[in-house]
Amino acid sequence: MSERLSVFKTYKLYVGGKFPRSESGRVYEVSDAKGNWLANAPLSSRKDARDAVVAARKAFGGWSGATAYNRGQILYRIAEMLEGCRDQFVAEVADAEGLSRSKATAQVEAAIDRWVWYAGWSDKVAQIAGGANPVAGPYFNLSSPEPTGVVAVLAPQKSSFLGLVSVIAPAVVTGNTTVVVASEKSPLPALSLGEVLATSDLPGGVVNVLSGRTAEIAAPLAAHQDVNALDLAGADAGLAKELEIAAADNLKRVLRPRTEDWGADPGTDRLLAFLETKTVWHPMGV
Amino acid sequence: MTFEYAPAPESRSVVDIAPSYGLFIDGEFAPAADGKVFKTVSPSSEEVLSEVAQATTDDVDRAVKAARKAFEKWSALPGAERAKYLFRIARIIQERSRELAVLESLDNGKPIRESRDADLPLVAAHFFYYAGWADKLDHAGYGPNPRALGVAGQVIPWNFPLLMLAWKIAPALATGNTVVLKPAETTPLSALFFADVCRQAGLPKGVVNILTGDGSTGAALVAHPDVNKVAFTGSTEVGKAIARTVAGTDKKLTLELGGKAANIVFDDAPIDQAVEGIVNGIFFNQGHVCCAGSRLLVQESVQDELLDALKRRMQTLRVGDPLDKNTDVGAINSAEQLARITELADAGEAEGAERWAPACELPSAGYWFAPTLFTGVTQAHRIAREEIFGPVLSVLTFRTPAEAVEKANNTPYGLSAGIWTEKGSRILWMANKLRAGVIWSNTFNKFDPASPFGGYKESGFGREGGRHGLEAYLDV
Amino acid sequence: MTLRYARRYAPLVTMPITVPAYGKEAAGRLASMAAVTADDGALRRFLHGLPGVDAVGLEARAATLGTRSIKTTAKAYAIDLALSMIDLTTLEGADTPGKVRALCAKGINPDPTDRTTPKVAAICVYPDMVATAKEALGDSGIHVASVATAFPAGRAALPVKLADTRDAVAAGADEIDMVIDRGAFLSGRYLQVFEEIKAVKEACARPDGSAAHLKVIFETGELQTYDNVRRASWLSMLAGADFIKTSTGKVAVNATPPVTLLMLEAVRDFHAATGVQVGVKPAGGIRTTKDAIKYLVMVNETLGEPWLTADWFRFGASSLLNDLLMQRQKLSTGRYSGPDYVTVD
Repeated sequence: MSERLSVFKTYKLYVGGKFPRSESGRVYEVSDAKGNWLANAPLSSRKDARDAVVAARKAFGGWSGATAYNRGQILYRIAEMLEGCRDQFVAEVADAEGLSRSKATAQVEAAIDRWVWYAGWSDKVAQIAGGANPVAGPYFNLSSPEPTGVVAVLAPQKSSFLGLVSVIAPAVVTGNTTVVVASEKSPLPALSLGEVLATSDLPGGVVNVLSGRTAEIAAPLAAHQDVNALDLAGADAGLAKELEIAAADNLKRVLRPRTEDWGADPGTDRLLAFLETKTVWHPMGV
Repeated sequence: MTFEYAPAPESRSVVDIAPSYGLFIDGEFAPAADGKVFKTVSPSSEEVLSEVAQATTDDVDRAVKAARKAFEKWSALPGAERAKYLFRIARIIQERSRELAVLESLDNGKPIRESRDADLPLVAAHFFYYAGWADKLDHAGYGPNPRALGVAGQVIPWNFPLLMLAWKIAPALATGNTVVLKPAETTPLSALFFADVCRQAGLPKGVVNILTGDGSTGAALVAHPDVNKVAFTGSTEVGKAIARTVAGTDKKLTLELGGKAANIVFDDAPIDQAVEGIVNGIFFNQGHVCCAGSRLLVQESVQDELLDALKRRMQTLRVGDPLDKNTDVGAINSAEQLARITELADAGEAEGAERWAPACELPSAGYWFAPTLFTGVTQAHRIAREEIFGPVLSVLTFRTPAEAVEKANNTPYGLSAGIWTEKGSRILWMANKLRAGVIWSNTFNKFDPASPFGGYKESGFGREGGRHGLEAYLDV
Repeated sequence: MTLRYARRYAPLVTMPITVPAYGKEAAGRLASMAAVTADDGALRRFLHGLPGVDAVGLEARAATLGTRSIKTTAKAYAIDLALSMIDLTTLEGADTPGKVRALCAKGINPDPTDRTTPKVAAICVYPDMVATAKEALGDSGIHVASVATAFPAGRAALPVKLADTRDAVAAGADEIDMVIDRGAFLSGRYLQVFEEIKAVKEACARPDGSAAHLKVIFETGELQTYDNVRRASWLSMLAGADFIKTSTGKVAVNATPPVTLLMLEAVRDFHAATGVQVGVKPAGGIRTTKDAIKYLVMVNETLGEPWLTADWFRFGASSLLNDLLMQRQKLSTGRYSGPDYVTVD
């Protein structure tokens, strides 16, 4: 009896809650650590980036206006759904990063736990990053954090899944929406994550995932006047500088790349990176 | 023809109550040491729902030992793992919320609309919220690595049985404590069902122990020498007794006690919404709410208009079968409580206040009290000073904001207060002057796990909910 | 164990004897309020002196009423009541006499398989279709309602609006659904809006001394705030509206439960103040039986029995009718119906 021929998966972008092919009509080859062909991934163009920003902007009002409790529930739901397809991600991460099954498992489990960690932050971040200010006068004065807006995220190039989750989750939990550029060499876990997000009650457009040449996609995003912030985790030093200069045009908030241990305690740095502080004054008087 | 709502009973078959329950100690149900039991009844029908064990001092000791044993491992677990247990509990409660809501309405007498739409969603949310803190204690503002206290002895009341359990257990477990909890004598069932939720969640044995019993069980628990933390919600009288019991020990104590909240309505208030807030403030949960807006302070210039509107609204309250989805006001929780409400209401009349209630036919079986309003109440009347803990509203008047503050604060209690005015600066001025732990403006009886709750003065001390709620269970 | 509920008894407040807004006595009652409509300043002070509306509280109350569970006999009653309150509407540029006649036939006999089905209250059309509708409805007792006053925008000169109204009345309209000038209202020209409603009301008069009933549409989606809706309600009732109506159905936000609840409260308060009974018509976006029943619950618990008739409460709707019919069939047969078992017109 002949062996069953497997069905290949067509990897697609994740934009506005839908799964389009690239506007460019082009793909590029993705290989495993040993150079074996794994799949073709969409080669995103600047128009794909533009569409993703439109989708992210459209989703911002609803997502940032949702209750913190609701956002927390949805992030936790993502963890639940990922737990259900752990094996798929373990295989993809093992292929992408050339890891043993047990090491890949550890990466995926840590990524699931990371969603849980950030889920819990949704209704607590205001309690550590905001508060009453005792101004000298008859005023009630309260500062609260608010999301910055649309964040373009260059996902880490090496840590294709744990690193990816570690940059997406802190941006979206506070109410930002994102355009994520997947690891150039290992985009498959990111594209598969889109499929999980689409079935986790996360509104379409909150996370948009593009694959392709990081530098090509990042340039229009960094210059885009309707993008509010830029996470450069996946950019090398040269590209990062170039993008930061472009970002200055509309004073995007920029998180520079740095040496990261994605397995370490994530702390609150990324959580607090894409927040504005709003302070409200109100008189007190009879 | 008229538009009469046909009965719309919630199905009772969703909950399966066993004929008897033991004590939940170290992950197992067991009878009381001396085999004693007591019955729990449905206050809307006086039907016996089940028999539960009456825990003795020996049982208390056994439960505390189990909790002590479990503490070592539980407190040493990484916060992220404790978080995941609590998230599981939150999810299981969401899944089983209809069952638990029906159970709560049966055992407590509250309308299913409230147990379904208020109690259960808040219970799940509370576990969800504190689950998130378990791995973030370093960020909570209490310095690095704050530590759990040990074994928490928790005694809760009958007005929100499962919600009060959540308020106690969720922060205790999140911070790494283990618990021995005693539910109220008249409402033990939801806590026993919670034991089953813990089983489904795979919670390690001994982390949560549930002891049913009466006041003597509670007294034994708070007095147990190996309890590190005592948390009590209930009457001010018992709260004071507990404070005396723990005096001179190292036990950390939080108390959430009675109240006599003022709901203050100014002449520029949004009247229709104020009426809703007043109704919700005093008739929610039959007025069995420690923060109930039991004193209505209304500005003299709108008194007539407001009272007309309030009476009109009270006439549409539907009093009756707690399991009917259209019921607004359910049964009084016990014969004892009904007697207390009746006695105080009679005292109100005897002292000269004017009593009014909408015409309403009450069921013959069970414990019932019609929504009632007293006008012409003064600060000297008992019904203006004592907590009635029932559907009875005392109406007083004021002329100026300063007078409103003075009257509102003129009580040994200080749990909550309400302010109704469209003028923002006045709201904040009033809030600044009021001596109460929770101030609601243009709303009332709002609760959220992220928001601290607790009283000033004889309404107790310590806060439940929010970041502040962690402090009660941490060695800080 | 039978449990009984508290019932509404006679109103507590001693109210003047109720008169319908369209009755002769109403004018006298309104005259008692003349001081507040004497000039722009007085009217503004009055409208801005009405109690404010807290949006969160209003919406919470509407949502709570929406949780009422209406089952079995109550549901059957509510479905028939809702059917009898429908202003079955077609307001399209593409309307033709054929379309209007088909709608009229449906209004007279909503469910051909069940002749016990109540008729609708009115057929609502553009003025040029009034004669067609009138003829098609014959002596069925169903009213013809006509939109007028340059519906839906209302952006025309007053004489045009009045001519529009007179045309519709002359063609046989029993009811006129006018739109207020939202531009004037939002820029604070309250007296202008007031006078315009009064003028349209006069244009509703027939030579025989009777008059078409006047429904005043606020377009609440454009008024935006609940405070505005309460003010528009009082302003219109003071000007002589027989009905106040939420929306044209032509903008993004149409009738919502909180807006309708607020208008019911305004009608309640106006009645308490003057004794004049005014009707309420939510329109647009009410498509399901479940929705319709929520509105009836609001009427029941805000205004009570006297308003639970087609004389005082209407639904401006088109697709609602078939959903009510399918639910009605479900109650009588015990199985769910489908769109193939109700007529499409």
